[in-house]
Amino acid sequence: MNLSDFFYMGGYAAYLWPSYGLVLSVLIYNVWSARRAHREARRAAARRLQMEETRS
Amino acid sequence: MWTWFHKLASPPHFYRIAGLVTPWFAWPALVLILVGLYGGLVLAPVDYQQGEGFRIFYVHVPSAIMSMFVYSTMAISAGIGLIWRMKLAHAVAAASAPIGAWFTACALATGSLWGKPMWGTWWEWDARLTSELILLFLYLGFIALRSSIEDPQRADRAGAVLALVGVINLPIIHYSVVWWNSLHQGSTMFNPGAMAINMKWPALAMLLGFMLYFGAVLFVRLRAEVIRRERNATWLRQELAQ
Repeated sequence: MNLSDFFYMGGYAAYLWPSYGLVLSVLIYNVWSARRAHREARRAAARRLQMEETRS
Repeated sequence: MWTWFHKLASPPHFYRIAGLVTPWFAWPALVLILVGLYGGLVLAPVDYQQGEGFRIFYVHVPSAIMSMFVYSTMAISAGIGLIWRMKLAHAVAAASAPIGAWFTACALATGSLWGKPMWGTWWEWDARLTSELILLFLYLGFIALRSSIEDPQRADRAGAVLALVGVINLPIIHYSVVWWNSLHQGSTMFNPGAMAINMKWPALAMLLGFMLYFGAVLFVRLRAEVIRRERNATWLRQELAQ
């Protein structure tokens, strides 16, 4: 099987590649958004602690 | 055993352990998903009825199974949170919801992309498709309900009740292809003999990869939840100072 056959996918390319592309993008997005949530929670907590310190 | 369990559930402990185990889920997940992709796209033989188009199977079916697996995880932890008033269990439910919603969206979209060439339609108000769409709305409803309630404890409880009521939908999705005359084909994954092993193993690798992936993303989200809920400043200050 050569490469153009592989991308052609027996005529199903228009349905198959978007499926794979979508699922892989979602997998990457979930990792990114979870890491962002973690970073932001840490940042917000640091701000909160600092405010408590300046108040006391 | 109980002291060990309590220690694990204490926020500083859990935060640290979750950070340590995440890579042990993430790297095997990556390897399994890559193996599954190669197996599904290159090694698996062509289907005699659906040709190359059947290869959508390798992303569609694992996504669909995960959409239900994550919902079960969410509902079980919501139940544990309700009964034993365990904050960590509610945190698991809250952290699972967005991941599950995305798997459900993937299952629906890839199903649509598969349905068009095979059935000639993107969408049909069929029992399997409709009940899976309801699953997506349950996830979105759970997320919206939680974010609409200011008080975290009330948000936990209200969300948990919704998650538990929604469990009714899981057997409906699973048996929809048996109970109703569905356009959707029956189960091939868990039906022994329905699929040759050289066709099936990439899907199993993908599914296992998705499960470990879910674990890794869940732990990262849980660490965020633990920090958000923490009011005891001492350990948090130490942790953030690092």
